[in-house]
Amino acid sequence: MATKVVMAQLSPTMEEGKLIEWKISEGDPVAQGDIVAEIETDKANMDVEAMGAGVLRKIVVQEGATVPVGTLIGIIAEPDEDIESLLSEAEAEPAVVATEERPDAPEEATAPAETAVPDEAATTDEAAAGDETAEAAEEPSAVVPPLETGLEAESGRVRASPVARKMAAEKGIELGTIAGSGPGGRIVKADVEAAVAAPAPAGRAPSPGAIGVSEPPAEPRLRDERVEASQMRKAIARRLAESIGPVPHFYLTIEVDMGRALDMRSELNARADGFKIGVNDILLKTAAEALVRHPQVNASWDEDAIQFHGRVDLGIAVAVDGGLITPVLRNADRKGLRRISLESADLIERARARKLLPEEYQGATFSVSNLGMFGIDEFTAVINPPEAAILAVGMTQEKPVVEGGEITVRRRMRVTMSCDHRVVDGAIGSAYLATLKEMLENPLAMVL
Amino acid sequence: MSEWYNVVVIGAGPGGYVAAIRAAQLGLKTACVEANGYEGGLGGTCLNWGCIPAKALLESAALAQTVKSQGAEFGVRPIDVEYDMSAAVDRSRAISEKLTNGIGYLFKKNGVESVFGHGRLTAERDVVVDPTEPGGEARILDARHVIVATGAVMKTFPGFELDGEKVIGSREALELRELPQRMVVVGAGFVGVEFADVFSAFGVEVTVVEALDTLVPLEDPEIGKTLARSFKKRGMEIRTGAMVKALERASSPMVLTVESSKGEERIETDLVLMAVGRQPVTEGLGLEEAGVRVADGFILIDEYCRTSADTVYAVGDVAGQPMLAHKGSHEGIVAAEHIADANPHPVRYDNIPSVGYCHPEIASIGLSEPAAAEAGHEVKVGKFPLGAHGRALTAGHNEGFIKIVADAQYGEILGVHMIGHNVSELIAEAGVARMLEATLDEVAAHAHAHPSMAEAVMEAAFVTLGRAIHI
Repeated sequence: MATKVVMAQLSPTMEEGKLIEWKISEGDPVAQGDIVAEIETDKANMDVEAMGAGVLRKIVVQEGATVPVGTLIGIIAEPDEDIESLLSEAEAEPAVVATEERPDAPEEATAPAETAVPDEAATTDEAAAGDETAEAAEEPSAVVPPLETGLEAESGRVRASPVARKMAAEKGIELGTIAGSGPGGRIVKADVEAAVAAPAPAGRAPSPGAIGVSEPPAEPRLRDERVEASQMRKAIARRLAESIGPVPHFYLTIEVDMGRALDMRSELNARADGFKIGVNDILLKTAAEALVRHPQVNASWDEDAIQFHGRVDLGIAVAVDGGLITPVLRNADRKGLRRISLESADLIERARARKLLPEEYQGATFSVSNLGMFGIDEFTAVINPPEAAILAVGMTQEKPVVEGGEITVRRRMRVTMSCDHRVVDGAIGSAYLATLKEMLENPLAMVL
Repeated sequence: MSEWYNVVVIGAGPGGYVAAIRAAQLGLKTACVEANGYEGGLGGTCLNWGCIPAKALLESAALAQTVKSQGAEFGVRPIDVEYDMSAAVDRSRAISEKLTNGIGYLFKKNGVESVFGHGRLTAERDVVVDPTEPGGEARILDARHVIVATGAVMKTFPGFELDGEKVIGSREALELRELPQRMVVVGAGFVGVEFADVFSAFGVEVTVVEALDTLVPLEDPEIGKTLARSFKKRGMEIRTGAMVKALERASSPMVLTVESSKGEERIETDLVLMAVGRQPVTEGLGLEEAGVRVADGFILIDEYCRTSADTVYAVGDVAGQPMLAHKGSHEGIVAAEHIADANPHPVRYDNIPSVGYCHPEIASIGLSEPAAAEAGHEVKVGKFPLGAHGRALTAGHNEGFIKIVADAQYGEILGVHMIGHNVSELIAEAGVARMLEATLDEVAAHAHAHPSMAEAVMEAAFVTLGRAIHI
C-alpha cells in the first residue's frame, strides 16, 4: 500500500516547513521508521520518519522548498504500485507553493482569511445536507489553508459540527467569522457558545503583518542582497514584534558587585567533580530565588487579569546558528546549583544542535539573556510574551569604585530588567533587582 | 549510575502499556516498569485477570445458555450436553497468555524498554525500581517525565475477607474449575453481574445481592430492571436493596445474613464471590514525597492527565473513575502526546462509554435523563424496544431497548443507554456521533444496514424525533 510522506506539524505554532534535505533518493528502499528527510520548522530542524515501507517512488517537493503543513512531499510505495492517483491529487493541490519561486509573496498571504461566508452556508440546517452542500464564497488567495477558522480555503466550505450549525443559525451568527477549535479548525458547539457570549472581533491574533527589517546601511563595500528569512527568523520576528508592540516595556538597570559570588564559584569548582558551575548558573539560581520572593515578576498579563505562575520556569536565551532559542529550565527555584549547572548545560548544548523537543523551549515564566561573553557592558532585551520581564546581563569587569572615600577596584556587573508595565511597576521591578543584588553580593545567604 | 529516560511509565496495564508505546512512537526514550504481582504482569489486570479472560468465559456461558435454553428451538437439538468449566478456564487462560505475550512483542517493536520490579517516585521525581526477588538490585531511572499507571485491586469489607476458597474475588473466579452447587455474588456492578451470568449458565444456583435498588445501579434504572427480569427468567435469585450483614464461614454450607426492607434473610451457600468494587493502588509509590496529590484514594489529574507535581502524569484506575480499561488506554495516549507536545486533545470525560458484557449486554454513554435535565437541558427521550426488531429476533435475543436522551432545542445527542444483544458494539456509533456533535437528524439520515442491530440505533433516533417506523 502506498504511504504518503507529508510535511508534518511538529510544533503547535508551525504553519509551514522547509525541506532541507532528502536523506534518500528516488528508488531507494525504505523501512517503516527510517529517516527519509530533514525539515526546518520555525523552531528546530527535525527528521521525517517513513510511516510505511517500500521504495521512495517519488520526490514531490524538492530540497530548499517551503510548503504548508500537510502538503504531500513524497510517496513511498511498492516498486510496481500505481501511484498516479496520489500524484494527480498532489498536483491538484494549490497549496503547494515553493517559497523560492514565490515572487515577493507578502506574509499576509498566509494569514487566516477572514472572508465572510454568505448566509446560505452558515445557515444550512437541513438534516442530511451536512458539509458537502455548503457552497460558499470563493477564496481567491488560497495559498495556505487557514487553520484558525472553520473556513476551508480551496472550497470555501465551512467545517462545523451539526450542533454548531444549528446553534449558529438560530443565533444568527455567520460560521465563517468564528474561530474553530476542533480538529483542523472545525467549528464546534463551544466555539458558537463563546461567540454568543462575547461578540468580539473574529479570530484570535491578527495577521502578523510585514515585519520591518530595516535596510542595511548603504556602504559601498557591501552589496544589496535580499535573503529569504529562515523559519526560525520568521518566528523571532513575529514573536518579538508582537511583544514590543502591545507590551509596554520599561527598563531598570542596577550594578552588582560580583566579587563574593565569583570567589564562591571558584571555591565550589575546586571541590566539584565532573561539572563546573558557571557565573550564569549562579545568576539563574539567584534570579529564580528572587522570583519566589517577588511573585509579581513571575506573572503574565492575561486579558484584563494578571496570571501569577505557581512555578518558576526560567527561559535561557541561547544564541544558535542563525537565530536564538530559549530552552526552559523547569522549577529552577527548587533545584540546587549542581542540578541547574548540569541541566542548563544539557539544554544549551542541545539547543545549539537544534535537538530540543518543543516542550523544552515553551512555557517559560521569566527569561535571562546574558551577553557578557560578547563583551557587552549592558543592554536591554525584548520581553518574550507572555512573560512579564526579562533580565539582560552584561559582562563582569574590574572597575574603580569609591568606597568610604577611597577608590578601590571591584568586579562589577550590570543587569537590566525589561518589564511589562501592565504587570510590573517600577517599584516592584526595583524591589526585585534589589533582592537579586543583595543575594549576589552575599551569596552565602543562598545556603540558608 | 542512573539511566536517563524521557518517559518512565509505572505499570504495564492497559493505561501504562499503551502510554509507553505511544510515547516511544513519538520519539521519546521510554521505559515501562511492571511488577509481576497478584493481578499484574504485562497487560495488567485487564489482560491477565480482568476484561479479556472474563469475556472469554462469558462467550462460553453464552454458548452454554443458547444450547441449553434455545438449541431445540433453533433446530440444534442437544444430546448429552456436558459442561466443562475447566476447559472453559483453559481457553480463557490461553487467550490471556497470547495477548500478554503480544505486549512484549509490541514493546520490542516500538523500542519500549521493559523493566521488571516495583517502581516508585523519589522526591526529585525520578523512579526507583525495587527488585521483586530477594537479592536483586534496585535501579534508578532518571526520568524527565513519569506516568503513574498502577491500576487498582479488588476490595472487600470486614467480615468478608477473601480466603481464596470459600470467599473469593474476581481473580479466583477466573480460575474456578470446580463449580459449587450454590453461589452468592455480592455486588451487582458489571463485574458481579458478569460472573453471575457465567456461573449460572454453567449450572450453579446463583443469588445476586446488591445494596442499592437495582442491578447495575450506576446505569439507567430501566436497564437494571430489564436485566433483573432476564436473570430471574434464567433461574437466578435477585436481592436488591439488600445489605449483607454477616457470614458464618465455619458452618457447611455457609450462611449469609442479608437485611432489606423486608427484614432479615439467611441464605445458605457454598461459595461467596465478592464484587464490591476496586481500590486504586497508591501505597508505596512515593507520591507524597514527589508532591503528587491524592484525594479520595485517587491521584488528582487534569484533562491532560497532569498531576499536581510537575512532570508527573497519572492514567487509568489509579487516576479516578470510571475504572475502565478503555478510559485508561485513552488517557495513556493523551498523556504521552501531551509530554511530546504532539497535538494532544483533552480527555472528554463526558464521553467515555461504559459496557457490561453480561447477557443481555449493557452499554451507555453520556448523560442520563435526570442528569441532562439537571444540566439545564430541555430534554426529549426516545426508546426503541428490541422485542419486534428483525435482527434481534433472528438472533434469538429480543430483550432490551435502546434509549436516546437528546436536547430538545438542537437535537444534540446527550446520552444513549442500551441493553440487548451485542449492544457493546453499538455504543461506538453513539460515541462517534457525540464526538462529532452529531444531532438526531444525522443519525436518522444515515441509511443503516438491514438487518442489523445498528438499525435499532437509527430507529431510536426516529422515535426521539417523533417519527418511528417500526413501532
